[in-house]
Amino acid sequence: MSEKIEALRGELGTLCERIGRRVQIMEVCGTHTMSIFRTGIRSMLPANLRLVSGPGCPVCVTAQRHIDAAIRLAARDGVIMATYGDMMQVPGRDGSLEKRRATGARIQVINSARSALNLARENVNRQVVLLAVGFETTAPATAATVLEAERDGVENFSVLMCHKLVMPAMLALLEAGDVPLDGFLCPGHVSVIIGADAYRPVVERYGKACVVAGFEPEQILAGLVHLLRQIAEQRVAVENVYPAVVGAQGNLVALELLNRVFVPADTFWRALGVIPRSGLDLLPAYSRFDALRRFEIELGEDEDHPGCRCGEVIQGKVDPDACALFAQECTPLTPIGPCMVSNEGTCAAWYKYNRPAAATARSSSRRVKQ
Amino acid sequence: MTPTNPTDECVMLSHGGGGELMSRLIREHLLPPLRNERLAPLADGAVLPRLEGEIVFTTDSYVVTPLEFPGGDIGRLAVAGTVNDLAVMGAEPVAMSLGLILEEGLPLALLDRIVASIAGTAKEAGVEIVTGDTKVIERRAAGAGASASDGLFINTSGVGCLRPGVSLDLAGVRPGDAVIVNGTIADHGLAVMSLRSGIEFDTELRSDAAPLNHLLARVFETGANVRFLRDATRGGIAGVLADISEGTDLSIEVEERRIPISPTARHASEMLGLDPLTVANEGKVVCVVAESDVDTVLSVMRRDPLGKSAACIGHVTDSEPALVELITSAGGRRIVQRPYGEELPRIC
Repeated sequence: MSEKIEALRGELGTLCERIGRRVQIMEVCGTHTMSIFRTGIRSMLPANLRLVSGPGCPVCVTAQRHIDAAIRLAARDGVIMATYGDMMQVPGRDGSLEKRRATGARIQVINSARSALNLARENVNRQVVLLAVGFETTAPATAATVLEAERDGVENFSVLMCHKLVMPAMLALLEAGDVPLDGFLCPGHVSVIIGADAYRPVVERYGKACVVAGFEPEQILAGLVHLLRQIAEQRVAVENVYPAVVGAQGNLVALELLNRVFVPADTFWRALGVIPRSGLDLLPAYSRFDALRRFEIELGEDEDHPGCRCGEVIQGKVDPDACALFAQECTPLTPIGPCMVSNEGTCAAWYKYNRPAAATARSSSRRVKQ
Repeated sequence: MTPTNPTDECVMLSHGGGGELMSRLIREHLLPPLRNERLAPLADGAVLPRLEGEIVFTTDSYVVTPLEFPGGDIGRLAVAGTVNDLAVMGAEPVAMSLGLILEEGLPLALLDRIVASIAGTAKEAGVEIVTGDTKVIERRAAGAGASASDGLFINTSGVGCLRPGVSLDLAGVRPGDAVIVNGTIADHGLAVMSLRSGIEFDTELRSDAAPLNHLLARVFETGANVRFLRDATRGGIAGVLADISEGTDLSIEVEERRIPISPTARHASEMLGLDPLTVANEGKVVCVVAESDVDTVLSVMRRDPLGKSAACIGHVTDSEPALVELITSAGGRRIVQRPYGEELPRIC
C-alpha cells in the first residue's frame, strides 16, 4: 500500500471517529461502484462509513420498455440494431438482444455512435438504428453523429433515444427523501461534460456535500476524505478533487452539441418511473432521425420481475443482498434485474467481488474446458 | 478459368468439391509450407511411430475475428493452443492434425499467410502437422459488419507423450504452494478487443500467442516439484485460479502488485472497463509449484524469451471458505471469480 493511500485511510478513520455517527455517502456513478469493489477500497473503509450506489449505471436505469422497443426494432426486416455491448444481455419483457441475435436478428455491437453511422453508410439498403444509451458522457457523441448524418444525408440512420441526465435523477432522489444521505461522490466522467458547478443545486437546495473524484483508488479515497471533512466541519460545498480533468463549467463544446440537437424531456427510468426533464429528445429539426417515429413504434409498459429489487438498489435504499433473488435465481449467468447484467451494476459488483456472495455462488458454477 | 489478377483469387465452393480444384488448393497452397514426411503422401491418415509411455490426446477449435491481429493470427493461435494444451498436461507434443473450414470468398492470399503462420508456429514448437482436412462452406449471409475475411475456422488435434514420472493433478496441490505466471497478462484479449473496437493506444497491444512447450520442458528438466499447470486462455488467470481453488477446495491469495501487466494493457483494460485478470491470454501458463522450488522455476523461466517477466503472484492457503482472494495494489481485498460468458466493453 502506498504511503499516500495509508495516510488517506488513516484520515478517513480519524474523521469518522470525530463525526461519531454512521455516515452514508452515495457514489452516483457505476464506474465508481465497480472501481470501489475491484480495487478493494470497500474492504478498507471504517465500519461506520457506508457507501451506497446510486442511479449512475446507464444499463441499469434503461427502462424495460426501451429494451423491448429495441428488440422489436431489431426483429424488423432490413433493420440492423447497433448497440453498445453491455446492453446485449439486459432482459426485456421477452428475451434480450443477445437472444434475438442468436435467433437471427441483425444486431451489431458497436463501440461508438460514429461506428453506427458508418454501419449505415456500408449498408445502404438497410436501416441502421443506434440504441443510444448513456448519460451526458455518451450523449454528445450521439448528437455529433446525428449532425453528421444530417450533413451527409445518411437517411438510413436513426436513433432510439434512451439517453438520461444525471442531475435530475440525483435531485429526484433527494426530493423523495427516502434515503438518508450525507453527501455524494460525484461521477468523474459525467462531470467532465457538465462541470463541477452543475452540482450546486444539491448543495444549495438540499444541503448535501458534493465531491467530484476520479476513479483511481487514491482519487476515490481523497474524494471520501473531502466529503468527511465537510461533514465533520458541518459545512457543505461542491469540491473537485479531479481538477486535472473536470472543470467548473464542463465541456462547453459538448454541452453546445447537446443543446443544438436535443431538448430535455420527461423520461422513464427503470424502476424509478418518470423523472421530469431527465431525458433527451431530438429537437424537431432532427426528429426524422428518431427511430420510434420512423418505425411508428409505441413504447409499452415495464413489467419487472415481482421479486426484483433493482429499483431500490438503484436508489441506494437497499443493498443487493437484501433481495431474495440475489445470488439465487439472479446471477450474472441468469440475470433477472439490470443491476446484475451490467458490468457496472451494483448487484454484479457485489456478486463478483464480495466474499459472502461468492461463497453462495461457488456451488452453482462449474468450470469450462480452456 | 484463371482470374486475371492473382490478388483477386479467392476460395470458391468448387475448391471443396474433391476434384481437381481441391487437389490444386491442397498441392499449391497447403502442402508446400506444411510439407513433411508423414503429411506428404496425403493418405487418409498418418502413421505415427510407436510412442513411449502414456499418450495425451487433445482437440480444440478456433474461431476468431479478425483473423489477423497484432502479434498473431488464427493459424498461430490454433497451433500454439493445441501445443499448449499438451504441454500443460505434462506431455511432449508429437504430432498434430489440421482441419480447415473455409468460407467461399476467402482471399487465397490471406489463406496463404495463415498457412505460413501455421507452418512457422509448428516449426517453432517442433511439432509436425501430419494429417489434415479441408472443407469449403457457402458464404454465410453476411452479418452486420461481417467481411469476407471472417470466413476461416480451424480445428487442431494433437498427440503427445506424457513425460515419465510427471503427474500433474489438482490432488497434489498443497497449502503453501506458490502460484507462478510466466509473463504479462491480458495481452491477447486486449489486442483483439481494441482492434475490434477501433481503439488505438500509444504503444501497440500485441497478442502473446506462442507455443509454451519448450519453456515448460525446461521447467520440467529442473526436476522442480510442479503440482499443476494450466494455460490461461479464455477466462484469463481468474478462470484458472478459480478452477484450482474449486478443484482443490483450497484458497488462493494473489497479490495484484506482483501480477505482471504492461502499462498499455492496464490502460486498455481500464478504458474498456474490463478486469485484466479475466481477459484471455494465448501464451501464458499458471503454474502451481512447491514453495521450495519457486526460485528454480522463476530463474529458468526468466532465461526464456517467453518467460522473461515470470513472477510468483501468490500462494495456496487453507483459509475457509475456499476462495481466490486478491490483495489489491491499493491495499484492499476482494475476491476473484471466473468471468461469466462474454466480457463486454462498457458504455462509458
